[in-house]
Amino acid sequence: MTRSARRAAVVGGNRIPFARAHGAYAQATNLDMLTATLDGLAARFGLAGERIGEVAGGAVLKHARDRDLTRETVLGSRLSPSTPAYDVQQACGTGLQTMVAVANKIALGQLESGIAAGVDTASDAPVALNDDLRRVLMRLNGARSLPDRLRALAGIRPGQLVPEVPRNAEPRTGLSMGEHAALTALEWSVTREAQDELAAASHRNLAAAYDRGFFDDLVTPYLGLTRDENLRPDTSAEKLARLKPVFGRGEGATMTAGNSTPLTDGASAVLLGSDEWAAERRLPVLAHVVDAETAAVDFVHAGEGLLTAPVHAVPRLLQRNGLTLADFDFYEIHEAFASTVLATLAAWEDPAFAKERLGLDAPLGPIDRSRLNVVGSSLATGHPFAATGGRIVATLAKLLHERGSGRGLVSICAAGGQGVVAILEAA
Amino acid sequence: MSNDTFRDLSQNPLVQRLGVPRIPVLRRHTPGAPLLAGPALVGSVGGGRFAEPMRALLKDAGVPESMTDSSLAGGDDGRLAAVVLDATAARTLDDLAAAQEFLTPAVRRLAPNGRLLLLGPEPDADDVEAAAVAQALDGIVRSAAKEVRAGATANLLVVHPDAPPASVDSSVRFLLSARSAYVDGQVVHVGVPVGPVLDPVGMDSPYDVDRPLAGRVAVVTGAARGIGAAIADTLARDGAVIVAVDVPAAGAALADVANRTGGTALQLDITATDAAERLLAHLRERHGRVDVVVHNAGITRDKLLANMDADRWNAVLAVNLRAQLALNAALLEGDLLSDTGRIVCVASTSGIAGNRGQSNYAASKAGVIGMVRALAPRLAQRGATVNAVAPGFIETEMTARMPLGTREAGRRINSLRQGGLPVDVAETVGWLAQAESGGVTGQVVRVCGQSMIGA
Repeated sequence: MTRSARRAAVVGGNRIPFARAHGAYAQATNLDMLTATLDGLAARFGLAGERIGEVAGGAVLKHARDRDLTRETVLGSRLSPSTPAYDVQQACGTGLQTMVAVANKIALGQLESGIAAGVDTASDAPVALNDDLRRVLMRLNGARSLPDRLRALAGIRPGQLVPEVPRNAEPRTGLSMGEHAALTALEWSVTREAQDELAAASHRNLAAAYDRGFFDDLVTPYLGLTRDENLRPDTSAEKLARLKPVFGRGEGATMTAGNSTPLTDGASAVLLGSDEWAAERRLPVLAHVVDAETAAVDFVHAGEGLLTAPVHAVPRLLQRNGLTLADFDFYEIHEAFASTVLATLAAWEDPAFAKERLGLDAPLGPIDRSRLNVVGSSLATGHPFAATGGRIVATLAKLLHERGSGRGLVSICAAGGQGVVAILEAA
Repeated sequence: MSNDTFRDLSQNPLVQRLGVPRIPVLRRHTPGAPLLAGPALVGSVGGGRFAEPMRALLKDAGVPESMTDSSLAGGDDGRLAAVVLDATAARTLDDLAAAQEFLTPAVRRLAPNGRLLLLGPEPDADDVEAAAVAQALDGIVRSAAKEVRAGATANLLVVHPDAPPASVDSSVRFLLSARSAYVDGQVVHVGVPVGPVLDPVGMDSPYDVDRPLAGRVAVVTGAARGIGAAIADTLARDGAVIVAVDVPAAGAALADVANRTGGTALQLDITATDAAERLLAHLRERHGRVDVVVHNAGITRDKLLANMDADRWNAVLAVNLRAQLALNAALLEGDLLSDTGRIVCVASTSGIAGNRGQSNYAASKAGVIGMVRALAPRLAQRGATVNAVAPGFIETEMTARMPLGTREAGRRINSLRQGGLPVDVAETVGWLAQAESGGVTGQVVRVCGQSMIGA
């Protein structure tokens, strides 16, 4: 592998505490939350009135009115209005993909600075007009004569009052994400106990990190919330074991509300730049972006797990960078469900899977579990889809900076059978 | 932010006809405003060495000089925006009589929001009469402050015999200007400036009246709201680069302050064991130095001493005193505080006079005053100063929640018959934060409108 481009620096990040759907941010829009997040980032790094190279942002659940959401956010923020912005959307991969986009432009010298951002709200979801009604209204809009208009209006039916609500289901399978994950959990025989333990560790680690001030320069309170609303510092595997399964059926049903992420509202942003740009402003460089890879799997016809694309993306990324899975000091694997993390790890350890599905002579092997999600992850913070990537990148960059050396792996699974992974290195 | 309804009503002529006293509307500083709104009269007794330099300072600031015999210039109604008396050479009762002779007609001509400023000597231990005369000036100023009307103030600068004339400049400017609107009846000592000799001509950027803090890195704790936010705003207006610090839970308001001042926000619990270390590491990385540290963060947990518990006691002492001690110790040890370093601590008149139900708070604030006095000589060796400002009744969210009776009493029992504003405290901090204020250290300046409490 030869690479002459420079590496983008992660300067820092900001997010608002994540709220459970219909909780503290029930009245906040994506625009509100992302604006507060960019303003918090501006305050942390003295960017008020500054022109940033670009802001790449996105949301998974987006209103039609939020066309160019990110640009509109910039215009309402403290950043200079001469900061360009655009939207990105790749399901739960959105937040990490915005980072890849900005980092690549910095590496190529097209940008000196940029912000990668993401936001989502399940409370202010884009409920739309009933599709039948929408068609009638479009026909009405296109009608040129009075009789045409009356004919169009005659198409209105009471049933069309039922709105179109976004569903947490795959359009091509009709299964919810949880149901898909339950299939994968079953396939890899992921136990209930292991899932509950992972979930309890996530809460324990996140609470401890808050207590030691780790998030003091990563989170800015919003609407009265100072910590993630989903965090249960006093939970335990025993308490989680008492919950009833919500995904899967019968004996094999292991996934509960406790070991799955809840619907969440929140936003995050990461400040990236060239080393020179950061140095000119005396801004810190926490880590560098080394490389990233995106994969997709055919979960519709080929029997792949919906959320298993990272299983494929990581070996490709490792190979390109001449690394093994053991070469990392931190693993940040997004906890969409506890079972997703555990199935991913199991797949990497499985010789048959390595040979048959990944085309490798040997499996990637186990990881040191004490390096996994050491300050908590989505099970404890919650998971506002597009905001998770930014949360993880800023968190990992700070972990690497605290350690002073080393390398971290980010892995995020996404709907549509996709997955985005990346490597950061301490600066 | 006038929430003083009585003051507003008292401006109405009809209300005044009912015999209600008029509460003065204080003149406050706006950028670009002249030092004084009218002419100044400068006098001296016993041949003081400050009268001439002060005339030059006023001339420089575009202030017309008035004459003692009130031979009026065209358009001059005889009113004086300021009366300045250099009594630094006063040693005898005859000198004192001369002071009275100068002051009596001058004070009669003092305009609304006028300024009476006396400069006096440090008491001479070897000359009993001179020592008595020096102290007598104190009595003159404190009485005059209670007599002058319509928002006028009176203050005294006690100048060290070795202090060069320029060492009083920043203090004279402050006490004459609208920046000192709520500083009244105060006595401030000015010594030989600490640190390197500041040569305004030789400096890269000469003294800018409107931006006296240009480029100075200033940390303000408790900056998210109230007096702290006003300090951040005011120092930024005067050119400082603000590092706004507050507890993580106040981060949303803190971000607003940082963004509107063009500074940065640092979410930090100053009572954490590693807080000083983290703050200094942050300053080293982001600025390479610090010029101004404003210890403003403070809390109250009121309870009568008889009912006090350890939690309330320790919480107040931890924030209001222990955190300041720790940071000051770290600054004293380290090399980050610049050679024009200025530490300003926000104390309280409660720390001077005591307050019912506030034994913990008063202990912390009196403790701050003790700390300032002990720290001043230690910091002087490295060119830095430390001072305290002690706010009296300041109109904040906290005072707005007081019962009406308590609030009205607090507002009226001072010579200006009103509460001060957060900006009044902030302006005072701004004066002490200037590189040019190196002659002022170990002082406690009350911002209280000459409150009767703790006078």
